[in-house]
Amino acid sequence: MSKRVELKNHQQEIFNFRLRLFISIGFALLLLCTLLARFVYLQAVRHDYYQTLAEKNRISVVPIVPNRGLILDRNGVVLAHNFSGYTLEVTPSKVKNLQATIDDLATLVEIAPRDRKRFKKLLAESHDFETLMIRSRLSEKEVASFAAQQYRFPGVEIKARLFREYPYSDKTAHLLGYIGRINQTDVDRLEDNESSANYRGTDYIGKTGLEQYYENELHGTTGIEQVEVDSAGRAVRIISRSPPVSGNTLVLSIDAKLQEIAEQAFGAYRGALVAIDPSNGEILAFVSRPGYDPSLFVDGIDAESWKELNDSPDHPLNNRALRGQYPSGSTIKPFMALAGLFYNIRSPEQTISDPGYYTLSGSSHHYRDWKQGGHGSVDLFKSIVISCDTYYYGLAVEMGIDNIFEFLSRFGFGKKTGIDLEGETSGLLPSQEWKMKRFKQKWYAGDTVSVGIGQGYSLVTPLQLASATATLANGGIGFKPHLVREIKNSRTNELHKLENNPLIDMKLDPAHLDLVKRAMQAVTQPGGTAAQASAGAPYTIGGKTGTAQVVGIKQGEKYDASKIDERHRDHAWFISFAPVDKPRIAVVVLAENGGHGGGTAAPIARKVMDYYLLGKVPKPAEAAIPATTPAASDAPDIEAD
Amino acid sequence: MTRRQLWQRITQHLDLPLLAGMLMLMMVSLLTLYSASEHNFERVLAQGVNILVAFFCLWVVANLPLHYLMRTAVPIYVFGMALLIGVALFGEISHGARRWLNIGVATIQPSELMKIGVPLMMAWYFEKHEAALTYKNYAIAAVLLLLPVGLIARQPDLGTALLISASGFYVLFLAGLSWRIIGGMAVAGIASAPVLWSLMHDYQRHRIEMLFDPSQDALGKGYHTIQGMIAVGSGGIFGKGYLNGTQTHLDFLPERTTDFIFAVYSEEFGLIGNLILLGMYFFVIGRGFIITANASTYFTRLMAGSITLTFATYAFVNMGMVSGILPIVGVPLPMVSYGGTSMLTLLLGFGMLMSIQTHKKLVKS
Repeated sequence: MSKRVELKNHQQEIFNFRLRLFISIGFALLLLCTLLARFVYLQAVRHDYYQTLAEKNRISVVPIVPNRGLILDRNGVVLAHNFSGYTLEVTPSKVKNLQATIDDLATLVEIAPRDRKRFKKLLAESHDFETLMIRSRLSEKEVASFAAQQYRFPGVEIKARLFREYPYSDKTAHLLGYIGRINQTDVDRLEDNESSANYRGTDYIGKTGLEQYYENELHGTTGIEQVEVDSAGRAVRIISRSPPVSGNTLVLSIDAKLQEIAEQAFGAYRGALVAIDPSNGEILAFVSRPGYDPSLFVDGIDAESWKELNDSPDHPLNNRALRGQYPSGSTIKPFMALAGLFYNIRSPEQTISDPGYYTLSGSSHHYRDWKQGGHGSVDLFKSIVISCDTYYYGLAVEMGIDNIFEFLSRFGFGKKTGIDLEGETSGLLPSQEWKMKRFKQKWYAGDTVSVGIGQGYSLVTPLQLASATATLANGGIGFKPHLVREIKNSRTNELHKLENNPLIDMKLDPAHLDLVKRAMQAVTQPGGTAAQASAGAPYTIGGKTGTAQVVGIKQGEKYDASKIDERHRDHAWFISFAPVDKPRIAVVVLAENGGHGGGTAAPIARKVMDYYLLGKVPKPAEAAIPATTPAASDAPDIEAD
Repeated sequence: MTRRQLWQRITQHLDLPLLAGMLMLMMVSLLTLYSASEHNFERVLAQGVNILVAFFCLWVVANLPLHYLMRTAVPIYVFGMALLIGVALFGEISHGARRWLNIGVATIQPSELMKIGVPLMMAWYFEKHEAALTYKNYAIAAVLLLLPVGLIARQPDLGTALLISASGFYVLFLAGLSWRIIGGMAVAGIASAPVLWSLMHDYQRHRIEMLFDPSQDALGKGYHTIQGMIAVGSGGIFGKGYLNGTQTHLDFLPERTTDFIFAVYSEEFGLIGNLILLGMYFFVIGRGFIITANASTYFTRLMAGSITLTFATYAFVNMGMVSGILPIVGVPLPMVSYGGTSMLTLLLGFGMLMSIQTHKKLVKS
């Protein structure tokens, strides 16, 4: 009996066990099927996704930075180029004690306080993993002595790199500008242009001048190397390589020698000079004095040098030719004369009587001529030669501000010339509309009087005045002034000539033009305001002097240069072109606080013309014009204005 | 004795189907190891030695009659417990966990021994009380399980603790633990999850967090999971070809020869290769269940079932962890990962399976 019970239990037990065993088998199958499903999901369904990730792991795209394009002058003289040199670079994240390491390095390689300051600045702006330069342009000896000790400096390495160099340094600084390290603003701009991909690996970008304006041409196309890397980022092998394309070469219309002569001619004067070929708008010389050393900016300027440049009363960073805005003074008179003829306000023969001042009808205010007692009977020709103010006061008032605005703006006054540089200012050509907008006041006849002699509200830039002078010299047909003549494609070596864009044809009466040009020629001849500077020139020069007041002179007071501070003295202008019959060059000179145009500005222009037209290089002693003392104003020239 | 007789004498206690399955997996191991170790033949040779040593132990165990096997249960368990207590008191700390015991000649990891010791002890206990099993017996068996598991979890080695729990639970389950209790345990487990979570070490929590979103720490804790999934996924249907895995050979995969060897295999042999590997495991597991079904005594049924299910669990946990459906626990891929200890433990278990299969026949005949 008991045996049967046991047997039954045993069978029941076997049954129970078999059931549990089947459940176990089902469980094991479930596990295997779960895995199977997972494998199908990863390897079939999402294969592409993981394949991409694996490729991303494996392949690193290394940019190859292209060589920046060269900048040459019109004769092939190099103005900006690259040279390879060695830099000492530190990766701060790999260095334990940065200060001690730098001190240690200083025993092997010269590290100036300037280098330390610059490094500190770079460090503050950088990310941890970046490699930062501590010294550039190492000598061969320094490279050798560091290389021997390199094992002592983990995280410090020597790199070969291309440097930008400007052989003419400060003489072309305002023209070429400079390149500098790419900052956040540049990054944002590149992203907006969708060109940031092309800047992978590039550290430098044009910041000002031509380097900035022609950045797209100069930068070139970044090459790409696909490298297989391991998990530590070490390159295992190169998969593919597309070489970089160097930037294109800019060939300027600038003549480097002319530029140099112009720079030297300024001597100690601050100011600007723009020389243009009137027949096509090519700029031959573009000077803003003083200049600065652009190489200071290339590697990142240190705070001290920056402060020095920025705080200097000479404002060396200010591009006076491009951005300086000054009253045109009497240099506006030839343009006003053309306007008077154009609107038939004055005929060539018509004369006025100059008592030495001008009054508006119904007013007792005296608008003074520069010459006390006046010039007597003055016609248009004489008004330019002797720079008669009274003539132009009346002319301006009779012509009215609307006509003045209309005519002068066609010459380009009051607007940007469109030169191939960033940051140009537009000067100021006042109008009724402008005054209402600016001062909420109507235009008074009195406002027009001073516009007639280039004072009052009106302001011009040296570049603007040069462009207008070139237009006048070229018979009223103007071209957009430009610095780059040709672009040489680095790949094909083809020269691409940039087009000369005609700005305007003023359709002036040739008789009017002839009259004004002859009057301007007389300015440079005995009896004219620029006779001395032009004496002995074997070619004819058309010119006009001008002075721009820096501080106003009270009614009834006399301007006496010797009595006022040097920086409050008048700015000297000279606009000119030569030869008169078939002008090849137009030169405009501004000498800040130079006093009279004929005495300081005209001799500078003369040197430029002598070189350009005759190939005459000034002797070292004569290279710079002597700084005129106020006492020199009793020169035989008529000191006009 | 003729040669033939000698051969028969040597092989009479080996189960040939199980042996064939094991050998296939070991071929995969050697092949993959050669790739994973960057063509390091010494590594492959060392694994070969591991296999040979483990096989010798398997042969010895397979030749032991069943009552000898049963007799080892209590001594092994007691010895293992003593070692675990020793580890808790005097163990060496490595990677922040106290798992190793220095016994002069070598350092050993007693938790490995308990992978066999715990189910053996529990099966022995149930065999002893087979006649009339009550709840009290199940409770005592559970205590036999939880004592070593608690010590191992404290080391901390959560992965091993869970795997030993699993093998112990399989014994309880096959011994007929009532469904009501199993259900109750499941509910209690889910309910106590928050408590467990609060008791866990930070690194254990991280591993579980990483499972749900490995990308939140792609270069840190999630790195292993992500790189494993990339290796498996990028293998595609046909794989990148033997010795051509980029994840493997460019050093992106961690622990390539041990815990992550499956990623190496999967990257180079693809889905097709994985199907073949799963097929091999299916074959071995299936044979294990057949042996279980045919086992003649209560003890051997429990033991064979637990060994087979544990083996399946190991395979699942490793491949699940590499392919990103389970957290990273230090579980090698059975019979494939490089390592002497895990190979030895596994083959001891398989020796028991063979002993169970072959001695039963002898009894019958």
